[in-house]
Amino acid sequence: MISAFFIFNQKGEVLISRLYRTDFKRSIADVFRIQVVSNSDVRSPIITLGSTSFFHVRINSLYVVAVTKNNANAALVFEFCYRFINICKSYFGKIDEESIKNNFVLIYELIDEINDFGYPQNSEIDTLKTYITTESIVSSAIAAEESSKITAQATGATSWRRTDVKYKKNEAFVDVVETVNLSMSAKGTVLRADVDGHIQMRAYLSGTPECKFGLNDKLVIDKSQQGVSDAVELDDCRFHQCVRLNDFDATRTISFIPPDGEFELMRYRSTSNVKLPLRVIPTVTEIGTTQVSYAVTVKANFNNKLSATDVVLRIPTPLNTTAVDCQVALGKAKYVPGENVVVWKLPRLQGGQECTLTATADLTSTTTRQVWARPPIDVDFQVLMFTASGLIVRFLKVFEKSDYQSVKWVRYLTKASGSYQIRF
Amino acid sequence: MAAPGQDAKFFQRGKIEEFRAELHAAETKDKKFVKRKTVLKKIVANITMGNDMSPLFTDVVQCLGTPLLEIKKMVYLFLVSYGRSKPDQIHLVIPNFLQDCNDRNPLIRALAIRTMSYIPIPVVTDALNENLRHCLKDADPYVRKTAAICVAKLYAADPRRAEKGGFVEQLRDLMLDSNATVVANAVAALSEIGDRQDGVIFKLNLATANKLLAALPESSEWGQIYILDSLLRYVPEKHADAEVMAERIIVQLQHANSAVVLTTIKALLYLMNYMENRRLIDYICKKMGPPLVTLLSSGPEVQYVALRNILLIIQRRPTVLKNDVKVFFCKYNDPIYVKLAKLEIMYRLARAENANEVLAELQEYASEVDIDFVRKAVRSVGRLAIKVEDASDACIQALLNLIETKVSYVVQEAVIVIKDIFRRYPGKYEGVIPTLCQHLDALDEPEAKAAMVWILGQFADRIDNADELLDDLLYTFLDESVEVQLALLTAAVKLFIYKSKSDKAKELVYKVLKWATEDVDNPDLRDRGFMYWRLLAINPTVAGEIVLAEKPAITTDSDRMDRGALDQLLLHTGTLGSIYHKNPETFIRNATGKALKDSPALNAHSRAVLVPVARTQLPPTVVNVPGPGPSESHERNETAPPPVPDLPAPTTSKPTPPTPPLSSENASGDATDDGSDDEGDADEEPRGRANADPYSNLDGAFGNYLADEPRPMGGRQGDDEDLLF
Repeated sequence: MISAFFIFNQKGEVLISRLYRTDFKRSIADVFRIQVVSNSDVRSPIITLGSTSFFHVRINSLYVVAVTKNNANAALVFEFCYRFINICKSYFGKIDEESIKNNFVLIYELIDEINDFGYPQNSEIDTLKTYITTESIVSSAIAAEESSKITAQATGATSWRRTDVKYKKNEAFVDVVETVNLSMSAKGTVLRADVDGHIQMRAYLSGTPECKFGLNDKLVIDKSQQGVSDAVELDDCRFHQCVRLNDFDATRTISFIPPDGEFELMRYRSTSNVKLPLRVIPTVTEIGTTQVSYAVTVKANFNNKLSATDVVLRIPTPLNTTAVDCQVALGKAKYVPGENVVVWKLPRLQGGQECTLTATADLTSTTTRQVWARPPIDVDFQVLMFTASGLIVRFLKVFEKSDYQSVKWVRYLTKASGSYQIRF
Repeated sequence: MAAPGQDAKFFQRGKIEEFRAELHAAETKDKKFVKRKTVLKKIVANITMGNDMSPLFTDVVQCLGTPLLEIKKMVYLFLVSYGRSKPDQIHLVIPNFLQDCNDRNPLIRALAIRTMSYIPIPVVTDALNENLRHCLKDADPYVRKTAAICVAKLYAADPRRAEKGGFVEQLRDLMLDSNATVVANAVAALSEIGDRQDGVIFKLNLATANKLLAALPESSEWGQIYILDSLLRYVPEKHADAEVMAERIIVQLQHANSAVVLTTIKALLYLMNYMENRRLIDYICKKMGPPLVTLLSSGPEVQYVALRNILLIIQRRPTVLKNDVKVFFCKYNDPIYVKLAKLEIMYRLARAENANEVLAELQEYASEVDIDFVRKAVRSVGRLAIKVEDASDACIQALLNLIETKVSYVVQEAVIVIKDIFRRYPGKYEGVIPTLCQHLDALDEPEAKAAMVWILGQFADRIDNADELLDDLLYTFLDESVEVQLALLTAAVKLFIYKSKSDKAKELVYKVLKWATEDVDNPDLRDRGFMYWRLLAINPTVAGEIVLAEKPAITTDSDRMDRGALDQLLLHTGTLGSIYHKNPETFIRNATGKALKDSPALNAHSRAVLVPVARTQLPPTVVNVPGPGPSESHERNETAPPPVPDLPAPTTSKPTPPTPPLSSENASGDATDDGSDDEGDADEEPRGRANADPYSNLDGAFGNYLADEPRPMGGRQGDDEDLLF
């Protein structure tokens, strides 16, 4: 299990250092600094030296590091690091050097609580916030009964929820967020298109609400047994700790008592009938060795009542580009020499709309006749009220013993960021 | 959200004397204890920065009287950091500890025993023992779950004493606790104890295993991992027991936490060894695929763990991800470690039906920037040609296109794989030799050069100017690496056999034989030189038959790891061992090996190929790692034992790995292997174990190209380095 936990800043200074076991001294941090922080070519998130392994996750120029001296469960170690990051985000609104330094005493309290002797312990944010706070507590003043409530919750079957939650207005917001991954060949054939979906929920519900959630889904275990139906085929789904997996397995119902506030209810993956919201047709021609001409058309392939926003195309140019002359009918296009791309930003693209960028890149003559690697064109966008997989929330029912009315809101968003790629 | 802290200002190096003075000043007129809190925060910040604050021990301990939880926690943190180094002063805090152990507040009781057990020195443990015994039976589950881990800490400090105290028995009882969190922590503690080489053996019987499973749904995600992991300590006696258990845990594959998913897969793979029901096994395999793929939408670190595990799993259970090669196509912005791992899986999943798609991807990757990745992509093209006959034409064409790029490392990789393709399809592609010869000058790496020299020698009868080309290459003979020298020697002999009438050939072979036997120190080269010389001298015809004997065709049979080795490695699914594809006892000191346990339910084939746990004791050598780093300085630790002198070097530094599977001249079997991958998880048909070392094929798929293979650093020659800090 985890022997030591550190946070380093970009310079390699230690911001947090906690040794859970006596098999290391703090100076083990120096080894990490030499091996990873000051190494410009780190090619693995895990480094093993002798019997010592360093696991690291980078976030906002911080290194979150766990050190072990045994055959540790690598997935568990990384999940623990991710969880720590999420806890910090929830407590401090962000995680960066400033927020870590500003709250270091609290962080020590937290990591003493969520990990004991290297074994991750209850790390449900909602529960943690009931007894690890920034306010000063006079130790004799916390009533023993109050604490018993906390401990019962921290170790109980619904460790993610307090029992005393009260809202005037009971509301639940469901966000279905789909990330489309696309890889299209230069010939325009789809090499791979799939959807990573997250269902994010914000539950502001009193008491201990029992929720049932329904989708127009169908889980396909065996792709060969395809049925005829309008249901969306999900290749797989994963649920938050609160969802009763046995119920899901037996009857496909998603039932749970939600944590208070925001959480990720489920994740799913779909690969069949993925609707690609944007179609990109690039024509890129190398004219001799001195010029490259571009004609890139982007087309919005969805209902004209909807629109894509924040559309950004990053169109690569050769490394020896000196200048690019771009013309666009819509949006703004600019050559960014530092990244060797033309960035074309379209604030808004209506469904059915189509527009084209034409550009010419001038190249300097180089002595080495290195072939241009032609990285793919990358497109980022967001389309509200659209799901690439076709997934729809059928219902969300809330049952609570006080039998209150609750208001539910559902929102759909399909987006791409760094994963929608067209080769040319 | 909690009010944002403002503590960054305390992150400044301070002097012991100043802090001491400030603490003294705070004893009077400290409204709401703000002063004390401030000084303590400064001290904690300095501990973080690596400044030794231990001289403040007595001063800091004074603050324990302050009735503020925040202060108590900071003092406890101080004690965890320095308590062990102050055995003569620690008694000062024992009364406080004892008082807290009996506090009405369960959080305080738990905090007290948790902190005490972090200070494993006799004074503290003596005081802890009695309280811990009570806490293990505390009415509050939070205290019990904390106490369970305390036992593991006590055991780590002094196993025999913990046993004498009866703590292990108490832990065992806690496995039946009514609270799932307590159960899970008891399991975690017992597993830790059971993993020690000197620890109490921790096994589960069916009844206890079932009780643990009952606690699974109510456990936290971490608790689920501890419980699922412990199932490997249960040995099914009947097929049905394994089958029922697998059905109970399979729902956990849908959990959001990737470690829960991977640990469930580990347990399922384990249980499958004890199952009989073919349909259930197939069903489980099908169920495991999608969750494994879903792990690829986690963070890159988890993706990496998943990919390295998938690589192992599909070798043992090919049906798991048979039709999913596309999901392993690399994204342009994947981190390099993810890309390299994906590439290997793509090769493993390539079959006649998807070879074209895979090839198109590989060609795409061959123009990327990262050299390791490009090299591996080029290798993969060649490996694909060897694996899938239908794709070989397209692969050769792709390789020729790559050679046209004239990028040095691309050309070299292409030459290396083309050599193997010649051996796989004799008589089919020799037409490309002239193209290769044009790029002779581009080859500067030994492996590529040796491959080209082999081609020159082997096909010297078809290359008109083979003698000239060889002559050119021989100019630098004495400066070449042994690998190239050996290849040159053999090539010259082959040339001579083909063209024994040619004076040039005669002259060349004489020159090389003379160098090899007189001017070179390498015994292998010298011996081979003598051997050839005598062969040629005694009977040139026979020599020709021997040197140019028909070679067995190359296959990709050796790609897959031995079944027994896989069974054993898969017991470590999700752990470091699965990342490096090594059993932990071979690279981690004091790690215990695992092996499948025999039982009437164990599948016959698994039993036949069972690999017993190797008793490798890593030698106690110690190497100090250079430190400290650039921006921090600290006192060197004086208590470190002096480096033990190196053990006498093993006579041969390491048994040379059996010749790389691919190029080994004694590869057996015929050339058709396409189907064999798919039969891999048939449990019924034991194949003879050809190889004495079950791990010899570990790195098979990419020949001896392992530049990017993840591996633990140090310890490669058997003398393990350890970090002494």
